[in-house]
Amino acid sequence: MPLYVEKKPEVLITEDGVRTDGRKPYEMRPVRMTVGILDKADGSAFIEWGGNKILAAVFGPREVHPKHLVLPDKALVRTRYNMAPFSTPERKRPGPDRRSVELSKVIREALKPAIFVENYPGSVIDIFVEVLRSDAGTRVAGVNAASLALANAGIAMRGLVAACAVGRVGDFVVCDPNHDEDMWGDADMPMAMLMEAEEITLLQTDGPMTEEQFREALKLGRNAIRLLYEMQKEALKRPYQVVERSVRGVV
Amino acid sequence: MFESEMLTHNLLKEYVKDLVSKGQRIDGRGFQDYRPIEVKEGTFTKAEGEAWIKLGNTQVLVGVKADVGEPFPDTPDKGVLVSNTELLPLASPTFEPGPPNENAIEVARVVDRAIRSADAVDMSSLVIVEGKLVYMLFLDMYVLDYDGNLEDALTIASLIALGRAEIPKVEVKEDGEIEVKEEKWRVNLKDLPINFTFVKIGDQLLLDPVLEEEQVSDAAITLAIDKEGRICSIQKRHGKFTMEEILSAASIARSKWPEIAERVREAI
Repeated sequence: MPLYVEKKPEVLITEDGVRTDGRKPYEMRPVRMTVGILDKADGSAFIEWGGNKILAAVFGPREVHPKHLVLPDKALVRTRYNMAPFSTPERKRPGPDRRSVELSKVIREALKPAIFVENYPGSVIDIFVEVLRSDAGTRVAGVNAASLALANAGIAMRGLVAACAVGRVGDFVVCDPNHDEDMWGDADMPMAMLMEAEEITLLQTDGPMTEEQFREALKLGRNAIRLLYEMQKEALKRPYQVVERSVRGVV
Repeated sequence: MFESEMLTHNLLKEYVKDLVSKGQRIDGRGFQDYRPIEVKEGTFTKAEGEAWIKLGNTQVLVGVKADVGEPFPDTPDKGVLVSNTELLPLASPTFEPGPPNENAIEVARVVDRAIRSADAVDMSSLVIVEGKLVYMLFLDMYVLDYDGNLEDALTIASLIALGRAEIPKVEVKEDGEIEVKEEKWRVNLKDLPINFTFVKIGDQLLLDPVLEEEQVSDAAITLAIDKEGRICSIQKRHGKFTMEEILSAASIARSKWPEIAERVREAI
């Protein structure tokens, strides 16, 4: 028996739009992104977003195994999204389940439009997303981290892919749903965009929205994604800024 | 639809794209036309509810089997709905036997999500004894012939099968024994969430793509519309869309809902 009781809050959002974690509808949880934290991977990134802690690593372009999967004119892109057994309140059975198979696919399809796959014929680019701690919005956090890991691996890309979820709680369209809103909210809409063109590469919705709410959600998602994109660029540059500063110090 | 099968002949690609740029499709339809939906007459299974439909040349058979069992501990006041898709090897030269792959899992979850997010099946009506015994509905989606747009075909067939299902009544006697009665009950469908799949070829959106259109498409998306015209689920698949394209797909889907929903109602 799991030693964990799920508690539903009495009010998900107050009339003046205060959420269970004290945020306003359009506010995002704190995000921190770090690039290059793994030694053996060709590229890596770590994202902390609210209570999410997610690692992403990229290997490749490298030789394809098994051989029959080789694509003669472009790179094969593989993605594995995986949740650690200790990432959830109740222990998650290790290994893929139907949810993680689907998420692996949508994450791959969010990132692939960004990659110049035709630059690496006959090779494979493996992307691994490991959720160490989950707190709603793991797929979008994973996309942000994986996109950084790809850039960190030096893979040729059209742009970074940034992602954020939006949702609906009653009449409120909210940014970056938290655990309570994920469990008991009315709609959830993870999205990702290929920047700077702002083309949508991941869009899922679960829960009804009127046309007006949908438009508002799309716009809110885009604005949040723009913010995350700035954070991504900052995270990619950060290691080099340290070098730059120390060089300046010497001079 | 399926990337791994997209080793398409360049000639086909150019032919389809060329037609689209002239405002035409390979089967002569308009960009926003649905293929004809044919619902096969007769009984083909031992399911409590079933539907064999043809969407153009795509053929699917959905069976709803019912069972009773314990509810999930976190939803003691709700029944259980389990969805599964089988991409049978006889449906396409590219389908292989074996456990469901990511495509089969995705399409099952896309149909399931549309039905669930619209609250189409009254899950609380499936409860026999709260926390102890509930009806479990198994939605088994069989793909028999794959000529594109499984999402929409399976959604339509699933709704018909659910709407048609006649399930034996179950009673729990005082000594706790379960009695299966002759009497039947029907699933209460509160909504008809319909999935609408579009592919993007060049800068055009094509509703209800055939296989060749899926194969050469630049992007694909499926949106479910409920009876109030709300969007209740979305699954963007490969490729990329602009925000305007998504809003336009949503409004086309909304305008098509009454026609398809009427077809589903007729069939039930």
